[in-house]
Amino acid sequence: MKKTFVLPIAFLSAAVLLITGCSKEVVNRTDDIPALNPANIDINAGTWRPVLLTTPTEFPVAAPIATTVPDYIIQISEIKTWQAELTSEEKRLVKYWSAGAVLRWNEILRELVAKHNLPPYQNPDGTYPVPSANNPLAYPQFPFANPPYAARAYAYISAAQYDALVAAWHYKKLYNRPAPYKVDNTLQVLIPQSDLPSYPSEDAVVAGAAAELMKLLFPGDQDFIQQKVEEHKRARLIAGANVRSDLEAGELLGKQVAQKFVARARGDRAGAAVGNQTLWTQLETDCIARGEIPWISQETPKRPPMLPLFGKVKTFLFDSLTAVSLRPGPPPSTGSQKMKDETEEIYDFVKNPSRENIRIVHFWADGINTYTPPGHWDAVAAEDFISKNYSEVRWARNMALLNMAMMDAAIVCWDTKNFYFNPRPSQLNPAIKTLTGLPNFPSYISGHSTFSGAAATILGHLIPEKAVAYEAMAKEASLSRMYGGIHYRSDCEVGLTVGENIGNYAVQRATTDGG
Amino acid sequence: MKKNIEKKRKRLFIIAFLLTCSVVSVAQTDIDAIMMEKNAFCVGPMYSYSSWKNYWEGTLKRENLNLGRVSTQMYGVMGNYGVTRKLNALFSVPYIKTKASAGTMSGLDGIQDLSLFLKWRPVQKKIGSGRLSLFAIGGLSFPMSNYVADFLPLSIGLRSKTASARLMADYQKGNLFATLSGTYVFRDNIKIDRTSYYTTEMHYTNEVEMPNAMNWNFRAGFRNHRLIAEAVANNWTTLGGFDITRNNMPFPSNKMNGTTVGVNIKYVIPSLPELSIVTGGNTTVAGRNMGQSTMVYGSFFYVLDFSPKAKTAAKKK
Repeated sequence: MKKTFVLPIAFLSAAVLLITGCSKEVVNRTDDIPALNPANIDINAGTWRPVLLTTPTEFPVAAPIATTVPDYIIQISEIKTWQAELTSEEKRLVKYWSAGAVLRWNEILRELVAKHNLPPYQNPDGTYPVPSANNPLAYPQFPFANPPYAARAYAYISAAQYDALVAAWHYKKLYNRPAPYKVDNTLQVLIPQSDLPSYPSEDAVVAGAAAELMKLLFPGDQDFIQQKVEEHKRARLIAGANVRSDLEAGELLGKQVAQKFVARARGDRAGAAVGNQTLWTQLETDCIARGEIPWISQETPKRPPMLPLFGKVKTFLFDSLTAVSLRPGPPPSTGSQKMKDETEEIYDFVKNPSRENIRIVHFWADGINTYTPPGHWDAVAAEDFISKNYSEVRWARNMALLNMAMMDAAIVCWDTKNFYFNPRPSQLNPAIKTLTGLPNFPSYISGHSTFSGAAATILGHLIPEKAVAYEAMAKEASLSRMYGGIHYRSDCEVGLTVGENIGNYAVQRATTDGG
Repeated sequence: MKKNIEKKRKRLFIIAFLLTCSVVSVAQTDIDAIMMEKNAFCVGPMYSYSSWKNYWEGTLKRENLNLGRVSTQMYGVMGNYGVTRKLNALFSVPYIKTKASAGTMSGLDGIQDLSLFLKWRPVQKKIGSGRLSLFAIGGLSFPMSNYVADFLPLSIGLRSKTASARLMADYQKGNLFATLSGTYVFRDNIKIDRTSYYTTEMHYTNEVEMPNAMNWNFRAGFRNHRLIAEAVANNWTTLGGFDITRNNMPFPSNKMNGTTVGVNIKYVIPSLPELSIVTGGNTTVAGRNMGQSTMVYGSFFYVLDFSPKAKTAAKKK
């Protein structure tokens, strides 16, 4: 009889223990990283070559007031007032933002991309609505942050932050205003101390540049973005890292430099990349005229190809003629034995996939509602940059090199896709079922492969000891698209090569930019 | 002497009655009021087919032309062992195969989760002209294979290890009965194959916090030693989680709610009382972030008697 009670009671208590005992709180990988403490402050970064600025003084920064005048003392007092009564939320903000301005704004950007990476639902008549920048909150919300859109957003924001920081470093060295804790040694300092002059604030530069471009790229998320800017600036004040005038000058400079990038973005032809019915039909008939089977949307209702004119967008690392010259030769003819063999190979991959292959497919899928492949490579880069203790300006430079390479990769890749308009494996063989979402645009060449080839090449240059690892990751990302049933081997192998060629332009820039 | 004989007769009658009961008590699940007799083991295969064409994207009901009809086939084994007549141990293991009738997305298949339950009936007493039974049921489940959770709606399961605690009351009067139960399900976090994901905000981790859930179940109908015919209403409510955004894919930590109504029939074969046939089905009448599925199932169960008496009897034969 006793046994009757012991067993169920033991079982129930085990269940209760499980229910009450386990904490389910999930932490992000970068929640608990230490404050950024650059090994080298790169004091001469004001001489590095900017991307768009003609000179670092293109947007003048006024000389700061002396650290001895009453106005400055008031600004020190403001910090002390904050520090007198710190809430746990304020401490959290300091910890969060002290990990690095470029890092955190890159994470925020990745979040916005993921949030907006959702294809619009069809209209009742079977056509698809196009998001409108003028009415970003109405459905479908603007933007649809698909991979080309995202690649462009990452590039513009990274490059603007870099240019603005080059200018900031110029003025830092010129004015040489010490950090508030160097002026008043009674001040608490909640971050690692640095010899870097604090005017204008590099953190505010990064925030200002990001926020200004995000207004253009994510106009429906203004409140969220502005809240982050305010939190970022407050964190720097609370930490004792900057006085208010450091922040104000920095934010203004960031915004002014970003405006130059906004003007470029407005004229870079991305706005027209959606195309129209005439163009979509033209791409199809041109392909048929070449004697090939054209790509047809596998969605119901048929969705127009994603941004077919993105290949015409203005590149960052080379001119438009070079962009065209980077387009690879044609894929195997759709009627050829080679194409049959390549299609059969994909069918073999998907008909009985191993768990490991599915893991690889899903690890690299970066499909809808994610930060896209460029975001994935930013995440890979960011985690390695963290361990490098770069200065903010070097963080920005390296992110800009990576993201300009990936935006240019998107341009060349999309040009190639829409030039050849090659069908997907599941179009040629409907028995091919995919292990990830089937992208709604032509197959040749693989976007993942092109992005990954470009990213691995520039990252391998920046962090040579990881070059082999990056190359292996790029290969895996590329292969994942074959395992997933959505690309042929030609798409992937040629994509990787084209990506590497583009990555080399970023390497070339990296060797000559002074950084 | 006479008294003694009468006592013996009474005892024999009771034993005979209980044996019949144990035959009736076939095909019990963790969520009904039927118990196996001590040392009796009831086991059987089960098949179910469920499918849906419409689903709830948050609260919006819609179809998806790129999925068509999403179907799930389940082949399972269920068993129930009577540790005592007040305490039963149950298990089930399903193999699941999913398929979408339209679009390019591949279905998946594999062995899903092993479920274990201990079902305890501490109270059984006459109230009025009927009989009230109270139950406490504890359950555990965990994945039997490294299957993919993050490929909804074609994943075969959510991979979460669960622990559940259920209280259940059953009242039977004549051949009519009603059973009500409430279950709290603790769901452990899961790990997915990607390193980040978006819910209502970005998560830079492969770990997903799974909201716990509550389950209500009410069943009533006819029950005697030959036949059970019952109507069942079931509600599953996820305590937390988030809605699928417009035209997005589902995610394991969505707020998945569903209410189903259905019927079950259990019939004991008169010529072979160890064997019973079970069939039934249900349909979803309300939901959130779930398919509006309709399910039918069938199985048969066989009772094996492992009691010392049965063993001796078998040896003698």
